[in-house]
Amino acid sequence: MTAPLYEYGLFGSATGLVVALGIGAAFGWCLERAGMGSARKLAGQFYLTDLTVFKVMFSAIVTAMLGAFWLGRLGVLDLGRVYVPETYVVPQLVGGLVFGVGFAVGGLCPGTSCVAAVTGRGDGLALVAGMFAGVLATGFAFKPLAAFYASTPRGSFTIPQLTHLPYGLVVLAVVAMALGGFRAAELIEARQAARRIDR
Amino acid sequence: MNHSRHAQPYSNPYLTGVGLGLVLLASFVVMGRGLGASGAFANTAAGLAAATAPVRAQASPLFAGYLSADGGVWREWLIFEIVGVAIGGFASAFVAGRVKLAVERGPRMSLHARLVTAFGGGAVMGFGAVLARGCTSGQALTGGALLSVGSWLFMIGAFAAAYVAAPFLRRAWL
Repeated sequence: MTAPLYEYGLFGSATGLVVALGIGAAFGWCLERAGMGSARKLAGQFYLTDLTVFKVMFSAIVTAMLGAFWLGRLGVLDLGRVYVPETYVVPQLVGGLVFGVGFAVGGLCPGTSCVAAVTGRGDGLALVAGMFAGVLATGFAFKPLAAFYASTPRGSFTIPQLTHLPYGLVVLAVVAMALGGFRAAELIEARQAARRIDR
Repeated sequence: MNHSRHAQPYSNPYLTGVGLGLVLLASFVVMGRGLGASGAFANTAAGLAAATAPVRAQASPLFAGYLSADGGVWREWLIFEIVGVAIGGFASAFVAGRVKLAVERGPRMSLHARLVTAFGGGAVMGFGAVLARGCTSGQALTGGALLSVGSWLFMIGAFAAAYVAAPFLRRAWL
């Protein structure tokens, strides 16, 4: 095992911040390349006219998931040292529902709103400001939410642990699901395009 | 600043998605952590709250957590990462001629209404992201690739709610 490099002490936290800038820049580059800084393009996902969001997200998830799985299996990456976001069942489900409504209204998510804002989109800037105001207000009014926020904790909890299925089998299932989803996405877009030509 | 006549089309979503996945994988391999966006907002909010209203900021269990971080609230990995996102996003748009001063909105939406809904949608997402401990970057992408149960619940919840809300928002987008 030689990775994660930072966790194995190859460099310190100051260098880590420089790495953060580089990884962030590559992330922002990819988001903009794919058109994820455009609210109308993102909103198309929810009206099934443009499924770019699904295609980009699941290509990324499948790539990183397969990479982490194989690098772990080959003994290069110590997955025990990669931080898995902790699970809080109810707050994360409720937070997701709330977030989804905001996403449909605003048309951008937090990361893509930053890309929209810096590429000149006023709606991106307004969304960044709203996001910031929402987080600030939630922080100041947090006391009554604190118990709910900390409820149903499961720690680092993965789908293989939940289902007692082998890690590799879950990975395979997600890949199969994504490939099926891509096929469906292409069919839906082709049907929508044909309908537009008919008009 | 009007490069729109020469704007290049966006890249293939699958290839760009694979590129994005490799960036996420690089983050796992180099740092032992994934990407994020809403966390940078929360950190910045905690830092500004502490600078302007220190007593009230410390009284918030949410902000107090961020304020007790090693090295202080501003030396946070996600803040540097989101600055990188801004730099990379601008660079990509600039070389493709896609930097354009505009407000993107549906054909039936007024400029004013669009700015209000963008702000409001952002505020709602800010609340949701705090409850969920992350957003589409930190939960859906990062936790999704690591098969975290909570991250998949967040992702399913977010898309389900967006599809339920969308028919009521047709005036805004279509």
